[in-house]
Amino acid sequence: MSVAVAIDRVEKRFGSVSALAGVSLQIGEGEFFGLLGPNGAGKTTLISCLAGLARPDTGKLVVMGHDVVTDYRAARRLLGVVPQELVFDPFFSVRETLRIQSGYFGIRNNGDWIDEILANLDLTAKADTNMRRLSGGMKRRVLVAQALVHKPPVIVLDEPTAGVDVELRQGLWQFVQRLNRDGHTVILTTHYLEEAEALCGRIAMLKQGRVVALDSTSNLLARFAGQTLNLRLASPGTLPEALRARATESGGRWTLPLADLGEIEPLLSTLREAGCSIEDLRLTQTDLEDVFLGVMQSTVSPNKAAV
Amino acid sequence: MLGFRTLLYKEVLRFWKVSFQTVAAPVLTAMLYLMIFSHVLEAHVQVHGVPYPAFLIPGLVMMSALQNAFANSSSSLIQSKVTGSVVFVLLPPISYVEFFLAYVMAAMLRGLMVGTGVVLGTIWFAVPDLQAPLWVLTFIVLGGAIMGALGMVAGIWADKFDQLAGFQNFLIMPLTMLSGVFYSIHSLPEFWQQISRFNPVFYMIDGFRFGFFGVSDVAPETSLAVVATSFVLVSAATLALLRSGYKLRS
Repeated sequence: MSVAVAIDRVEKRFGSVSALAGVSLQIGEGEFFGLLGPNGAGKTTLISCLAGLARPDTGKLVVMGHDVVTDYRAARRLLGVVPQELVFDPFFSVRETLRIQSGYFGIRNNGDWIDEILANLDLTAKADTNMRRLSGGMKRRVLVAQALVHKPPVIVLDEPTAGVDVELRQGLWQFVQRLNRDGHTVILTTHYLEEAEALCGRIAMLKQGRVVALDSTSNLLARFAGQTLNLRLASPGTLPEALRARATESGGRWTLPLADLGEIEPLLSTLREAGCSIEDLRLTQTDLEDVFLGVMQSTVSPNKAAV
Repeated sequence: MLGFRTLLYKEVLRFWKVSFQTVAAPVLTAMLYLMIFSHVLEAHVQVHGVPYPAFLIPGLVMMSALQNAFANSSSSLIQSKVTGSVVFVLLPPISYVEFFLAYVMAAMLRGLMVGTGVVLGTIWFAVPDLQAPLWVLTFIVLGGAIMGALGMVAGIWADKFDQLAGFQNFLIMPLTMLSGVFYSIHSLPEFWQQISRFNPVFYMIDGFRFGFFGVSDVAPETSLAVVATSFVLVSAATLALLRSGYKLRS
């Protein structure tokens, strides 16, 4: 798999604040890649550096083989960015906005593709409406359309579904997934972890300007426990010694992480042999939120985590 | 090239869509100046042997052109910065030189349109000569470019509308109003004459007026040298600012 985006030891400071403290990532062509992290983790700064909106202090960012600083024209032609803020130019209609944006990228007579994007984003009826008259959700769709006018092979979506209703969110993801299937590399930052879990093949987690986890979504989910068994015993103090080392107790309930489901049977037989009576038993699946919280709360060294 | 042309087109379309405010309004203001001043002074004042209303017209044309060229680039940039839509012109592969040229040329064009409007609106009151049209064109183009570039500096520097208004009201307005639009600097006391000679806008107006009447306060070649040097300096400063990414690319 060839590399769509290569980020190499990028550092960026704003005054005394270190927004990016040596970020290195490689994103392959055709990937659906998630960039997660709490507010202030450096996600938007990283995207700004990639898009040329911010200049890194040190390090290198490359889009499809083109350095974003020294070969910025080629790099920007290959990159489509949906900014986080809901911005628009109030002077123009939707179609004018898209035509102008095409021209900025050196494309004339882009009408057919613009029509296709408008149709896919359900904007055809609003094509000649002034941007000011659109609802927030509609403006968000135009932002997506603007990022796609030049058919960029790499698409960056910086929290594109913040404040967007469920219906539009679904429609937007279907469209972006189709683009991804057609070969576009998609980089997504989002606060909706279930979205990242459903869409992204691989995920990087950022914390205080560093990558603290980088793996496929399935590996991340597996690495952080997979399942947990949650038990309440008739008499809480009676959990056998053999199990106590790996269990945590809270409010009379015992939680036991499971490496795989095959552990359940031996665990239950240990309880049976010890004469424990189970009052309640629940099996819970780890989701990305647990992983995210686990990573953010842990003191994992970045080097160890960034595999 | 298409990126530059599209940005220029966008900048022109931006002011043309609100031309009532960006072209018609300054033309009306200039007409009011002419009506009031010429009514009061016509019988009393001649400058360089030219009746006052005819003398005033080129000054008003140039003043309006300069102020509107400044207003165009500065307001476009501050608006797009404040609303955040500036990212649309920062994300595409447009070089800082193309960026500079597009904004300056759009500003110049608005200046020329307003200037033409003022000519058309005031020509009913008095008809100035047109002895050297090439000087007229040279000065209004260079003047518009200088003000367009200055507008870019102001628009990039200012974070808020009131900062831009400060730049406009405390620098651009005094420079243009005290540049000999309404008078020949020879009518001023010696001290103010000397002060006026440090105002580059004075040379823009004086050279521009020479194109109409063939007479001026200083030699038109001197004015051209000052205006051309100012253009080079302001352009170099603006380009350096854009190249550094100051307040546009963090």
